[in-house]
Amino acid sequence: MTTKELAGISVDVDAEGFLTDHKVWNLDLAAAIAKEEGIDPLTDRHVDVLNFMRKEFEENGTAPSIRKMNKLNVVPTKELYALFPGGPAKKAAKIAGLGKPQGCI
Amino acid sequence: MSEQPEPIKKVSLIVSKGSLVDVYPALVMGNGARMEGMEASIFFTFFGLGALIKKTQNSLKVATVGNPAMNMAMPMLKMPITMPFPTLLGAIPGVSNFATWMMKNEMENLDIPTIPEFLEMFTDAGGEVFACKLAMDMFKLTKDDLCDQVSSVLTVGEFYERSAGASIIFT
Repeated sequence: MTTKELAGISVDVDAEGFLTDHKVWNLDLAAAIAKEEGIDPLTDRHVDVLNFMRKEFEENGTAPSIRKMNKLNVVPTKELYALFPGGPAKKAAKIAGLGKPQGCI
Repeated sequence: MSEQPEPIKKVSLIVSKGSLVDVYPALVMGNGARMEGMEASIFFTFFGLGALIKKTQNSLKVATVGNPAMNMAMPMLKMPITMPFPTLLGAIPGVSNFATWMMKNEMENLDIPTIPEFLEMFTDAGGEVFACKLAMDMFKLTKDDLCDQVSSVLTVGEFYERSAGASIIFT
């Protein structure tokens, strides 16, 4: 675990840069992580996805699968890949301040 | 200190068999590759085409004969994993259907999509699905027989061309 300066505050992150405590998350932090991941700016659509992921995480203890977000009409799979290019599940979870997704699907 | 190995950027998977358990691994691996940001394609040949044919893709089965690894530890039987499932039992009509039904239930519980839905998810994710021309000719199939997710029917040569730079995985 290391400490990192993000959006003006210092936060704890794991070896891959995921926040270790999802409770410290806010939109400024999200935008800062997104920028590091090559996503700039963070749009309302990104934020919709992040908010849903965080809500699911708080309710179920895990981030939702891509399939679930597609089925519940949160975000179609195609759009999700366009919003978070180069690894949507992992990137979106990282920007949402959640841990690395554990699912295979 | 040794150099960090080059990350995999592209995978081409080949599916040549058509039971449920022959098709899923390629879909999981291919979709997983897209989730990690790699390019991915799946080439279906011979009986693997069954997963793409509109009339058969919903009815792929678990093979219950000739599989020495099959055992009695299925969710409903709840017997030890060390107890083999006799291949002769597997030949009884309905047993394959039953095993298929059980496996599909388990998969749904694990949030694993059906074959048609999985193909859609994979192509929505930017993965490409190819069908083998030779196998199509052999089975007297045309592209109209195949689901919409198939982007092209390819010869072996074309498959290799499209796989330039990829790790090719025969499942």
